[in-house]
Order: sequence, then C-alpha cells, then structure tokens
Amino acid sequence: MSAPATTRRRVAAQTSFEARAILRNGEQLLVTIIVPVLVLVGLTKATGIDLDTGGASRIDFLTPGILALAVMTTSFTSQAIASSFDRRNGVLRLLSTTPLGRGGLLAGKVLGVLVVEVVQVTVIGLTALVLGWRPDPAGIPLALVAVLLGTAAFTSLALLVAGTLRAEAVLAVANLLLLVLAVAGGVVVPAEQLPGPMAHVALLLPSGALGEAMRETLLHGVLPAWSVVVLVAWAAALGWGASRLFRWH
Amino acid sequence: MPASPALEISGLVKRYSGRAVVDGLDLVAHHGQVTAVLGPNGAGKTTTIECCEGLREPDGGTVRVLGLDPVTQARDLRPRVGVMLQDGGLPTGVRAHEMLAHVARMYADPRDLGELTERLGLGSFARTTVRRLSGGQRQRLALAAAVVGRPEVVFLDEPSAGMDPQTRHAVWDLVRELRDEGVAVVLTTHLMDEAEDLADQVVVVDHGRVIAQGSVPALVSSAEDRTLRLETAPGLDLHEALGAGFVVSEPRDGSYTVTGAVDPHAVAAVTAWLATNGALATRLTVGRRTLEDVFLDLTGRNLR
Repeated sequence: MSAPATTRRRVAAQTSFEARAILRNGEQLLVTIIVPVLVLVGLTKATGIDLDTGGASRIDFLTPGILALAVMTTSFTSQAIASSFDRRNGVLRLLSTTPLGRGGLLAGKVLGVLVVEVVQVTVIGLTALVLGWRPDPAGIPLALVAVLLGTAAFTSLALLVAGTLRAEAVLAVANLLLLVLAVAGGVVVPAEQLPGPMAHVALLLPSGALGEAMRETLLHGVLPAWSVVVLVAWAAALGWGASRLFRWH
Repeated sequence: MPASPALEISGLVKRYSGRAVVDGLDLVAHHGQVTAVLGPNGAGKTTTIECCEGLREPDGGTVRVLGLDPVTQARDLRPRVGVMLQDGGLPTGVRAHEMLAHVARMYADPRDLGELTERLGLGSFARTTVRRLSGGQRQRLALAAAVVGRPEVVFLDEPSAGMDPQTRHAVWDLVRELRDEGVAVVLTTHLMDEAEDLADQVVVVDHGRVIAQGSVPALVSSAEDRTLRLETAPGLDLHEALGAGFVVSEPRDGSYTVTGAVDPHAVAAVTAWLATNGALATRLTVGRRTLEDVFLDLTGRNLR
C-alpha cells in the first residue's frame, strides 16, 4: 500500500537535495562563496582603492555589503538558474507529482537557499573576523532579519524569472542583473555614494535596501525602517507575481 | 481489489490557445490491467496523461483517478500514483542512485532500492550523473522513480523510447509484474509490438478523441478480413487475379498487401496468375491483420 512520508521528512529531503545541488556544483560554489570571499579580501587589502567608509574600518564597512551580495547570489542568481533548468527538464513537474507536491517543492527550495546562506555567512563571517571585522553585537540578530527579508524578495524574483523565461535567457538575465545590482544597486557601495539619481533609485531597489540594512545593523546596531518597508514590499509584489505567472511547463 | 475503475475520464476537453488538443475524450482503465494509449504525434495522448497526473487542468469533462480529482484532491492522490514523464524530468546534476533515493524519501514505505536497481539494471550507472546517461538509461531511471513508491496507478508516457531490445524486455517484465500485483498501468506508445505484447486494452486516440478501443485480438479481428503479403516482381496488377472484393496495395516496389476475404481459392488464384505471368513469389504469407494495420487504417497513412 502506498503511503507518503511525513511532510517534515519530505521537505527536509528536498531541502538537503537542493542545498547539495548548489554546494557541489563548481560554478555555483564559485559564484556563491569563492567570489564574495575574494572580493572581500581584495577590497580590504587593496588600500590603493579609495573607499569612503564614513569613519569605519575598511573591513567593518565592506563585510555587510559582501554578505548582502552573497545572499543575492544564492537566493537570486543561483536559484533562478537552477529552477529554470529544472523547469525546462521537467524536474519541477516530476517532483510535483510525487507526494512532495508543489508546496513542498517550493518550501524545499527556500529552505535549501537558507542552508546555503548559513554556509556562506559562516565562511564569509569567519574570513572577515580573521581580517579584523568587529560587528556591532546588537546588530547581529537584526542583520539576520534583513537576510531573511532579502531572501524572501530575491527568491521570489528568482522564481518569477525562472517561471516565465526560457532557461538560456534566465542564465543571461540572472547573471547580468546580479552584476548591475551589485555595482549600481547600492549593495557593496552605499546608495548615497552612487552618482546622481542612482542614489535615490538604489534605495528603492531590493539590493540597495538589503545593503543598507546590513550596513546599518552591523555597523550601528539599528535596522532602518525604510529598508524593511522596501524589502517587504518587493517580497510581497514579487511573490504575488511569481505565484500568478509561474508556468510549470 | 477495488471494483471501481482505477481511471475514469469522461468528455475530457483541453485547449491550448483556443485549439482543442483533447476534444471529448472518454477512457476507462482498470486495476490489474495494462492500458495502452496509441495515437499519431499530436493526437492528444500526452495532454490526456498530464490531465490525469494533475499537471494540467481540464477545460471540460471530468477525470477521476482512484475516484479522486487529480487537481483538487492532488494531496491524497500523489502518494498512490506513479508518473514517468515523456521528457524524463530527472535533475541532471545528481548521480542516478541519488535521484532514485531522493524520490524514495517521499514515501513512507518505498520499494527496496537494491532490488529495483537490479531489476532494471541500474547498477552499472548508479554512480554516473544523470547528464551523462544514455537515453535508455534515463528511461530506466525514470521508470524506477515512477514505481519506487508502490503506486496503485502508474502513468508511463512512452516508457520504452530510446531503449535497446534487452532493456525493453526488462521493462515489459516489470510492467507485467505490476499488473499482476493489481496495479493499473496506463502507458502511451508508438511501438505496436509493445502494445500487442503488453496491453490488456488498447485505446487508439486521434484528434483528441478515442477512435477505437478494445483488446488486441478484438481490435485486430473486428475486421474479419485476412491479409496476404506477397513479394514478387514490381508493378503487377494483382486485381486481375483476384477481381472485386479485395484491396491491393504495393507500399514498396514488389511488396504487395492484399486484404479481403483471403481464402484458399484466393491464394490459389494469385499463385496461378503469377505463374501465367512468369513472376516468382519469393515470399508469401497469409495472416491476420496486425495491430499496425489496424492503426494505420484508423489514423491514415499520411505523414503529419
């Protein structure tokens, strides 16, 4: 007689399946962990590159932005690419016919992203600590809230893109968008330091809001309300869009 | 064994951008039987199966699998249904055995993976990533994934595509065993010998409707005509030998098919006529029509 495993076991299995798929893929590992660590070490050591750190040490100033960037690589770029190819190859359809279902598949994806983020934050955080990073202890739990909000917004964006575009297009869009958001979206470079109108635009982007939230929490121990509003709004809008527009076929 | 049918489709309609791909299709499949759905490409087979799997929502009619609605009662149904998609649906980056183990984790009491691996000969490529498997190997893995949860109904969309004959027979053995255990197996296929060997019931679909159904013997003999196949010199007018009441075709040069009331007299008439005309029959067989003959008669010989 056929019977399903419990919901918890199914979602746990999918979570570990998703996390392992990301962590064992060379390209994904490069984008999600190695590149952020290299950028962190590079920008911290390359004192020849001028940074307006607002009085903070270089490492204290850079680490929050790099963590925000790392969150984006996993929850957006890597998730969008993986999901779009899974969609094209019928993986999403096949798994949705097993007891896992569509809901369990989605839960497993989101939790899988969070597992990878734990690995990222640990590796980047430890590297930063070795380099002399001293975050505001009061800001750490608040930064985790920002990470969760950012993950919600960017995973929704990933699924929206993966569920509506062809896999090859997603490959291009996901990488390009990450680059644009990282450079001009106020992630590593604070929005207020961006030229002209970009300074205002960046604060409205999920990338700018996440970068801002990470810096304010880890540098000063406060979570800016504006960033929370922006991230919640993006998460709601993108989540709604993804749930309406996602095509399984 | 439940007496109600495992699958009951009535008046199913599914449209893609306004065009009806499935157009009033009725189908019943029972426990302990293999039901083969035959049809030309684009006949609506896969769409019908996908409506049964809950992957597509019908635009009209009803689908009941084990008495349940595949869309609204999917949660109750999923554990009891096994699915093999036409395009596989296997994640490409993992090893074959990891994929199977992963699907098995979705069930409380999955089949023994070792036994299933042996049955389908998955052992030789268990540690190979799915991306590097051949078409036939992927099909076997997908089949294993479809049955690992001990389903009561199995939907197999072209299960033996890309398989070598040895593999195909291993797959057929497994399908027969599932049937004998009381599982309802519904498969689509282009292989007439697959349908003839396996199916308890054949359903021929074209233009989104069922145009014929029944057991293979019933379908093949429903036209009581026999067939005479003949190989000899090309371009002969065999009508001269047989007269009215027979249909003669020459699908390849020198290869003739005669259908009609092929009795001993008709065979004698043909061979006598050949002798008169100095033509030697290098091959002559008389038999029932095959499922392929029936299929081509029903769906036409034109390419689409």
